[in-house]
Amino acid sequence: MSLAKDPFNVIIGGVGGQGNVLASHILGQILVERGYVITIGETYGASQRGGAVMSHLRISARDQFSPLIPEGRCDLLVALEPVEALRILEPYGYPGVMTLVNTRPIFPMGVIAGDATYPEVSKVIAMIRELSSKVWVINATEIALEMGDPVFSNMAMLGALFATNTLPIDGQSFEAAIGELLPPHRLAENLKAFDKGAEAVREL
Amino acid sequence: MSLIARDTPGKTTLLMGNEAIARGALEAGVKVCAAYPGNPSSEIIGSLSSAADALALHVEWSVNEKVALEVAAAASFAGLRGLCAMKQNGLNVAADFLLNLNLSGCQGGLVIIVADDPGGISSTNEEDSRIFAKLGDLPLFEPATFQEAKDMTKWAFTLSEDLGLPVLIRSVTRVSHARGNVRLDELPRSASKARFDTSDPRLAFPPVLMHKGLHQKLGRASSLFEQSPYNFYRGPEKPELLLITSGSGWMYSLEAVINLGVQDRAGILKLSTTWPLPGSLILKHLGRADAVLFVEEVDPFLENNVKELFAQHCMEVGLKRFFGKAAGTIPSVGEIGPETVTSALQALLNVSYKPRPAGYAKKVHEVTAELVPTRALGFCAGCPHRATYWAVKRALTLDGREGFVLGDIGCYSLGMGPSGFSQMKTIHAMGSGAGLAAGFGQLKRFGLSQPVLAVCGDSTFYHAAMPALVNARYNASSFVLLLLDNSATAMTGFQPHPGTGRTATGKEAPVLDLKAICEALGAKAEVVDPFDLQGTTEKMLELLQDEQGVKVLILRRECALVRGKKQKKLYRVEVRQERCLGEACGCNRLCTRVFKCPGLYWDTATGKAGIDEAICTGCGVCAEICPASAISKEVA
Repeated sequence: MSLAKDPFNVIIGGVGGQGNVLASHILGQILVERGYVITIGETYGASQRGGAVMSHLRISARDQFSPLIPEGRCDLLVALEPVEALRILEPYGYPGVMTLVNTRPIFPMGVIAGDATYPEVSKVIAMIRELSSKVWVINATEIALEMGDPVFSNMAMLGALFATNTLPIDGQSFEAAIGELLPPHRLAENLKAFDKGAEAVREL
Repeated sequence: MSLIARDTPGKTTLLMGNEAIARGALEAGVKVCAAYPGNPSSEIIGSLSSAADALALHVEWSVNEKVALEVAAAASFAGLRGLCAMKQNGLNVAADFLLNLNLSGCQGGLVIIVADDPGGISSTNEEDSRIFAKLGDLPLFEPATFQEAKDMTKWAFTLSEDLGLPVLIRSVTRVSHARGNVRLDELPRSASKARFDTSDPRLAFPPVLMHKGLHQKLGRASSLFEQSPYNFYRGPEKPELLLITSGSGWMYSLEAVINLGVQDRAGILKLSTTWPLPGSLILKHLGRADAVLFVEEVDPFLENNVKELFAQHCMEVGLKRFFGKAAGTIPSVGEIGPETVTSALQALLNVSYKPRPAGYAKKVHEVTAELVPTRALGFCAGCPHRATYWAVKRALTLDGREGFVLGDIGCYSLGMGPSGFSQMKTIHAMGSGAGLAAGFGQLKRFGLSQPVLAVCGDSTFYHAAMPALVNARYNASSFVLLLLDNSATAMTGFQPHPGTGRTATGKEAPVLDLKAICEALGAKAEVVDPFDLQGTTEKMLELLQDEQGVKVLILRRECALVRGKKQKKLYRVEVRQERCLGEACGCNRLCTRVFKCPGLYWDTATGKAGIDEAICTGCGVCAEICPASAISKEVA
């Protein structure tokens, strides 16, 4: 499988603490091993304090691209939180964008305080469908909570991403990459989350 | 095994810019590395510390940037290679030593990495540190890619030894904190012995003579830079528009030129050695274009220096039209990105560019405006600082004399916003809250009747608040310092500090006890747990009302993120639905509207509070604030 476009631009976004940085690092590691030229940029500073965060991945067979994706150039969006998908589509979406989204909301401080409202998730998903060429919807947080810790949501989303067959990667390369990046005692659980995420997409 | 210490020459791997810099230093045979953490530079020492044991290096978190530079310079004076890393604000702290070190020169390669933060994404300012290279007559590199970050760091050590001068490397967030492909080279296997040659003392004296020698060294650097492969031109021989760029501007410029399809009209002169300038190279390209656009972050450093060069040589290169920050083509503040260059090129070359259909753009703007709530930054669930500021607010309210909190930079800076109940009223440099408090504490004789509180973190205390405390004690000032001891340099990635009992490389270290230090300085010091809201508030109030001398209240509670990595929740927290009176309570949703912990939510369906189990860390503090005692906590 080759890239649908060059560069192929991926954004992994969500809320600080959801693990977008690790997910993009693992994905980038796999693609570098496969011979691609990768650049990853991150939003920064908000990462541990509940802010909106994202990682930009530029995948190319030839050139090193800048760590920031230009406006309207996101080809694949992996949203770890539903309204964050819309927030990212606003500057980066275009009619060809494909979106994988986790349905579990994380309420912003303004919503918790009652100063703002969080929209119906079903309405958010409907809008994402209108703004994307293809959409996959799973509840990765639920998968992670069933495993006992919401921290696994990002790995479930990576598994789901693999199952969308949008990138030139496979499950074995994921195993090799997390072997490099995570401590040995964490591998089994992360693999399990990955498989469950992949399964969720295959069942769609 | 540390990723950056892998002995696999020829292998291409994915490295963060900071890791690439660290790898470059390892390939150059660095022996001593020192820094104080500061984003976006922190991973340089972070990754070197994981390689320290395998490669027999000394890697340390120093108490502040000036001491870090002195530690690295000592290695250089003894003939070893040394590295010092910092963020832009750190260079201000180190500058006093740096602007003498340039005169004394150095022996072993000495490289100073400064990671700037355009846009102040994780800083209180967006200072451009390149001006220090000009101020101090020091060679300056600006790597533009991850590969250059590694390769130019390696070269910087050779150049430093060659010139007998420290070399500055200016990185920015989008180089330091981004990742990309890096091809590794060999790690050296040389052992070097440290020796300080006392027959060649390192004296920044006599100043004028040393200043003259410094200028000679810089002249040599300039001629070396004319030939550097890291400065190059890409584009037509005689471009309609010449872009001159450095650092992060390079990839943005390249992408904008390609996106707009103006490769045959615009050429890019990419410079990676930006002080002293490679004058002949620049003049050659200035001679071939009539219009010039400067693309750089943050200040017009290249722009002004190239214009200076132009003024000297304008008879040779002819008239030019200059575009950049002075002309308003590129914004003069904030971070730049690919769009910045794209819109500048659109205007200057008169080309049209639509990144996406107008209908799509309109639709997506409408949808987000209607549906997407803003996501303000706030303290993490279970953060001890939220509890601290809750107690501060209560104590100041009970005290009733309009007391205020003077702060500085750290996670606790969020105390200036809603999640810290807007209690922090000043924020500047490291330790500045304590310094300002030492000054406010003198103003009683001029009529100041408000009690003065300062706040600083544990790592910040050692870095910069101790001198303020000494000063306050010596000059008989009066205030209360809240020392937020969360057992880590949390904001920059939980680095250890002198109070943690661990070094950068994970070795055991003596604990420099905060309370003992404060007491030795003559301050009254007490320790409380901020999760004990009642006890903390009472103690704070008691200290506020003691109007004599310097009081330190140490609020000790581990960072929730550090604790969360080691252990499960402290408490199982629940909102007992039968007890929560909801909208009828009269508390007006105190837990969510005011306390605002992300682990809580207001269920609009039931009109009552709830706990989000995916987010709650089980600190149990909210159980104390609920007036109806509807929030229960049980040991988990």
